Amino acid sequence: MNIVKPKTLFDKVWERHIVSEEADSPTILYIDLHLIHEVTSPQAFSGLRQREMKVRRPDKTLGVMDHSTPTISLLESDIIDNMSKIQMDQMAINCKEFGIKLYEFGSPDNGIVHVVAPEKGVSQPGMTIVCGDSHTSTHGAFGALAFGIGTSEVEHVLGSQCLLQYKPKSYEVRVDGKLKKGVTAKDIILTVIAKIGTGGGTGHVFEFTGSAIRSLSMEERMTICNMSIEGGARAGMVAPDETTFEYLKGKEFSPKGEEWETAVENWKSLTTDEGAIYDAQLILNAEDIEPMVTYGTNPGMGIQITESIPYLISIADPDSKVSTEKALDYMGISPGKKIMGHPIDVVFLGSCTNSRISDLRQAAEILKDRKVADSVRMLVVPGSQLIKKQAEAEGLDIIFKAAGAEWREAGCSMCLAMNGDQLSPGQYAVSTSNRNFEGRQGKGGRTFLASPLTAAASAIAGKVADARGYL
Amino acid sequence: MNNFNTITSKVIPLPRNNIDTDQIIPARYLKATDKVSVAEGLFADWRFYPDGSPNQEFIINQKIYQNAEILLAGDNFGCGSSREHAPWAITGNGIKAVISTSFADIFKNNALKNNLLPITVDPEIHKSLLDLSEEAPEANISIDLETQKVFLPAGQEFDFQIDPFAKKCLLNGVDQLGYILSFEANIAEYEKTRKSVIIQ
Ligand code: SF4
Repeated sequence: MNIVKPKTLFDKVWERHIVSEEADSPTILYIDLHLIHEVTSPQAFSGLRQREMKVRRPDKTLGVMDHSTPTISLLESDIIDNMSKIQMDQMAINCKEFGIKLYEFGSPDNGIVHVVAPEKGVSQPGMTIVCGDSHTSTHGAFGALAFGIGTSEVEHVLGSQCLLQYKPKSYEVRVDGKLKKGVTAKDIILTVIAKIGTGGGTGHVFEFTGSAIRSLSMEERMTICNMSIEGGARAGMVAPDETTFEYLKGKEFSPKGEEWETAVENWKSLTTDEGAIYDAQLILNAEDIEPMVTYGTNPGMGIQITESIPYLISIADPDSKVSTEKALDYMGISPGKKIMGHPIDVVFLGSCTNSRISDLRQAAEILKDRKVADSVRMLVVPGSQLIKKQAEAEGLDIIFKAAGAEWREAGCSMCLAMNGDQLSPGQYAVSTSNRNFEGRQGKGGRTFLASPLTAAASAIAGKVADARGYL
Repeated sequence: MNNFNTITSKVIPLPRNNIDTDQIIPARYLKATDKVSVAEGLFADWRFYPDGSPNQEFIINQKIYQNAEILLAGDNFGCGSSREHAPWAITGNGIKAVISTSFADIFKNNALKNNLLPITVDPEIHKSLLDLSEEAPEANISIDLETQKVFLPAGQEFDFQIDPFAKKCLLNGVDQLGYILSFEANIAEYEKTRKSVIIQ
């Protein structure tokens, strides 16, 4: 009898992209979509030029400018420094020379790479998607295998449309049940990372399953897959379903007409087979998840908003103890203290994790007819210019501005503080982004990661606040 | 590409866990369009005071480690961003190997493509290396990639694992893009079967 081994979603996507497999060598994996941005690609293009090579498939490559673009205006004169200007100009030159489509700074389609590709319908189920950016994991929300690569690999993909990869292991993260009111996708992923740590998923690809995941919108699934990398996993995936197809239907680059029907048929096969075995598993109950806030200097140092900062004595491993002590010292907070009520200076609503229209709507709902505390500066940075336009059509910008928040152009902005939007040393921020590393949002800046709901509530309160009191 | 030889050096102890790529090189140093000028950004927020003067307390700035080539770091080294600027900054400062109990995936990949050897050791060996660096900071250890061995001063030695392909690339200076392109026939064949989004 010929028994076919049950496969995971990840197995299926991986196997469909194998170009060649040699003993003792990594697989040569075909890449369907290559996204590029201005910061991690220039050296790769220089490499191609040195080799006198072309880009193999410019038609499978898409460029944006997001990391160092100003968000205060769309004026070139607001570019923070000459080096950023050179980097952006170089991006335009590279895309032009090699025939790559680019949504450049100022274009109505520009925005954060991981926001733009999905909203344009470029990211589709079953694809392999890479970008010189670790949050490429975002696109896994469509049932794609999407992961970040280094600049050498960007050069490999530009030159060959392939990558050398060993197959990672699979890791099921199952969330069953129903989320409570005021608990969001961001809280799910912060809970996962707090449980397994920032290295917990190393060597693995997450697949998010379970009824709680199924009931999430595409935008929420993107938030979860986005932060897979913060749990150490290369990628995160959600099997495509009606929610996915509904989202993609009619998007600019989605298949049309008969091709759409064929594509959907094909995409429907992208599920994990009954009986397939994952290499690792974590099971959570959605009812147990509470709004989360990080207190330390990595995304794994998160607690429920009602909890207190852990005591060092509860940490057994000496290295971890030292690292946690350093983190608390940097954050200027003490064990045993409640996180709620901690004063803040800045609220950043933005980044590829939480800058989509639904995130803005959630925050606006809380901010409507309320005011950002006098002591707080709030930045609202939409993920793309299209989202900005949509938000303005809905009047969300008016709500934010009336509340006293700054309404910005799209970009990475204060997520990584390359473009001049940054914290000053010592400042505290509640941020909807994905990394609270030392200095990430500006040298000496201190970040509490949280959901858009928590961010909005905290902006009003002037301190870390539970949004459930405002809903 | 330089071929990889045996390294003999003092060990710079930096036993913090989860040293992320924003610590290895903060974002403001990512504006270069070349690989060389990123070197000054290595551990910039730890290495320099806000006024730009060097923090002499920081381990890498200490005199005895001026020419050291081996860094001993804590768990999960290189987590965070995919920036290859991290290994460029490390090797740009003369460091050729990093020893840790674990590495983040993308960092490890990036390191191996830049003649930086990531060596994963178990916690006991990590501890003994840390003890050594405290008790005898002047002591040299040697790393031999060919035999996959690390030699300590008192005659102890231990083996380390490395993926055979990466080892071959390091030892022989294999050009990985050239290697992929040697499969041109397979790639072309595969492309015929593959229909997907076309961006124009
Ligand atoms: S928003 Fe932040 S995490 Fe996302 S791509 Fe930009 S810098 Fe990276």
